[in-house]
Amino acid sequence: MEGQILLLFILVLAIFLGIELITKVPSTLHTPLMSGANAISGITLVGALLSSGSGETITTILGTAAVFFATINVIGGYLVTNRMLGMFKKKQ
Amino acid sequence: MDLLNNFDTAVLVNVAYIAASILFIVGLKMLGSPDTARRGNLLSSTGMLLAVLVTLADQSIIDFTWILVGLISGGVIGCLAATRVQMTSMPEMVAIFNGFGGIASLLVGSAEFVRESDYLFPIFLTVLIGGLTFTGSLVAYGKLSEILGGRPTLYKGQQIVNSILLLLIAATGIEMIFLQQIFTASETLLILCGLAMVLGILFVIPIGGADMPVVIALLNSFSGLAACAAGFVIENNVLIVAGALVGASGLILTNIMCKAMNRSLANVLFSGFGSVSEDTSSGSVEQGEVKPISSSDAYLILEAASSVLIVPGYGMAVAQAQHAVRELGELLESNGAEVKYAIHPVAGRMPGHMNVLLAEANVSYDVLVEPDDVNPIMETVDVCMVIGANDVVNPDAKDNEGSPIYGMPIIEVDNSKTVFVLKRSMASGFAGIQNPLFFKQNSRMLFGDAKETVSELVAEFKA
Repeated sequence: MEGQILLLFILVLAIFLGIELITKVPSTLHTPLMSGANAISGITLVGALLSSGSGETITTILGTAAVFFATINVIGGYLVTNRMLGMFKKKQ
Repeated sequence: MDLLNNFDTAVLVNVAYIAASILFIVGLKMLGSPDTARRGNLLSSTGMLLAVLVTLADQSIIDFTWILVGLISGGVIGCLAATRVQMTSMPEMVAIFNGFGGIASLLVGSAEFVRESDYLFPIFLTVLIGGLTFTGSLVAYGKLSEILGGRPTLYKGQQIVNSILLLLIAATGIEMIFLQQIFTASETLLILCGLAMVLGILFVIPIGGADMPVVIALLNSFSGLAACAAGFVIENNVLIVAGALVGASGLILTNIMCKAMNRSLANVLFSGFGSVSEDTSSGSVEQGEVKPISSSDAYLILEAASSVLIVPGYGMAVAQAQHAVRELGELLESNGAEVKYAIHPVAGRMPGHMNVLLAEANVSYDVLVEPDDVNPIMETVDVCMVIGANDVVNPDAKDNEGSPIYGMPIIEVDNSKTVFVLKRSMASGFAGIQNPLFFKQNSRMLFGDAKETVSELVAEFKA
């Protein structure tokens, strides 16, 4: 239980930090912000890897499916964000 | 000795997770400017790679076969999707990726539940948020890609059905966390998954196509919160930090979108906006006639203009006119006019959609301006070119109290000297509302496909 409270504490701080960071992103970059944030939400991959490699049948099935979806999210999200950001240019 | 080794690895893994969190945070910070944004994204992805690598070193993993299967298949699909998607289809892509994030968290939560984890409340939240994000995103994808109709689906007793559903979910939660008597554990899990997914569908179907930017932003936030909840299940800091950052990002964008439409989130979610066009034109029936103009006449006016403001909307994306528009902008500039692009926060189908399309067409980002920058100097603008935008330039938003969009901040193009409206036909916009702008004294309609019309203007300039 104590561990969970500590995690809650981290959550609260991270949300405040997130709000501070994101309000500074200009509206021009809102689409790459969303796709980049999307890629970050694929962090659930970390949990998925542990389940997928557990060696227990049902957990492995669920975990592998999770790895599959989270990887699409991570790889696709970062690549497409990179592709988009490469297009933003200033007048030379 | 073995104990010491275990301790060391645990510390090392956690230090790596902290480093990954820092990379995510710095990466997001660098998204604050277009100059550093790309490097920021690179840092963020390095953080992800680090988190994944140290996780793979975890000793509880005894078999890598299925991990590799998942990583490779997901990686290939992600790669293909990211490199092939058209910039006009970014909203659909982000919508479906949100959904994948949701289902991944749901599966992680379920896997932990099957392993009889003690953290039942976080599991409940993970499955609930993950499930509703998944189906909600699929519906949003369907609406955006026009597989499903863009119109909101409303039916009698909608609120009652939703309330019953929420009660059932609460009851399932109580059974899952406290009672554990009525159903077996796996039955409870399946019921919860089902209810969460139904909730996701019912949550998005009543929302109209024009409100999709809000929905995508909100689902983006949910996908982060689902990861966050999964972090509580597996007691992992990096999931919580990353999930919270995404959750906050989505919430802020949702808020910006709502403000840009002068509506509350509750209104967006529950009103079924744009479903009916009943008395929308009640206050502005004195509309009169529209004045069409040919592209050669429009050219003469543009040629004499010293300041031109281009206002793009989703129609520009549909017509794929962004490259032609950029060419016209360059010709106008070399003709001595000052050219700016005014972008409304809700133009297009997702936050920042127009900016990406114009960036793709090589329009420099420092000529893109926001409504607040241009509205005060609108009287000095010679020509406003409205290209495929409608509701965001509708003067009813400030003049007609009866209009459903009354109070929404708009780009006040009607205050400029001349307005060209590039439009396919006289059909009303995505929100289904009449636009009195078309009937104003200073408005001229350039009917036809936006790309063709702009190309004609370009040809006139080159002739």
